[in-house]
Amino acid sequence: MIPGISIYEILTVTSILFFIGVYGFITRTNLISILISVELILNASVVNFVIINKYLFPEALQGVYFSIFIIAVAAAETALAVSIIINLYRQISSVEVKEIETMKY
Amino acid sequence: MEKIIFYCLAAVIIAFGIASVTSRKMLRSVIYLSFVLISIAGIFFLIDYNFLAAIQLTVYAGGIVVLIIFSVLLVHHIEMELEMAKASKKIVTAIACLIGLGVFLTAIYSYDFNVVNNSITTTTAEIGAGLLSYTAGGFILPFEVISVLLLAAMIGAIVIAKGKKLTENNNQSQ
Repeated sequence: MIPGISIYEILTVTSILFFIGVYGFITRTNLISILISVELILNASVVNFVIINKYLFPEALQGVYFSIFIIAVAAAETALAVSIIINLYRQISSVEVKEIETMKY
Repeated sequence: MEKIIFYCLAAVIIAFGIASVTSRKMLRSVIYLSFVLISIAGIFFLIDYNFLAAIQLTVYAGGIVVLIIFSVLLVHHIEMELEMAKASKKIVTAIACLIGLGVFLTAIYSYDFNVVNNSITTTTAEIGAGLLSYTAGGFILPFEVISVLLLAAMIGAIVIAKGKKLTENNNQSQ
């Protein structure tokens, strides 16, 4: 644990980061920006897992394993999202949310 | 000393997080995201999880940010500015987010966490042994499942990004 820093302060920072991600997810109108906001949200949850593991259950390692799995799933999700965005851009020449009406293929 | 470093990292995380969701230049917002991710790796270093910090730096700051930058460069002109949402929508969303943040913080600060004082250092060998153990509490099954997931995501990304040619072939065969 970090000397002099309580768990409340770190959880405050991650909560703020989570809601920054939610704000970006709702207000942005561009697929890549939405992807960036999702990364912020996922990272806030990763830090929460690790911090709670370290401060409350220092003997266990479950939080570390779950954060590794979250990071792996986020990497897979980003690769798929980027390929979908590039394919959409080829078909309709735009990555704005409101112009995406075809989800057929 | 650790206190000062933590407050600096927290300030960087929040400031660049806000900048990355409000910046109108696409590429800049990705760079701000990478600053946020690197600062989070700094927090992992502070609480002595060196392996996780290394994963965070290689996978997020090394891999995902580069992938997003590639897609930005393929899809946008660099000079292009983003279309923004309406001001009323922004204000309503900001108020809703602040209310949610208030709910979160009251819930966190009203709960009495049972903090254990410790300075245990976790080695990478322990993490690897736990990931590969098949006794009770081992993580061998999710580990294998995640490897299959990564393979499936790789194949799926190739198939989707290959795009038009493939779908034409499919139409001909039907």
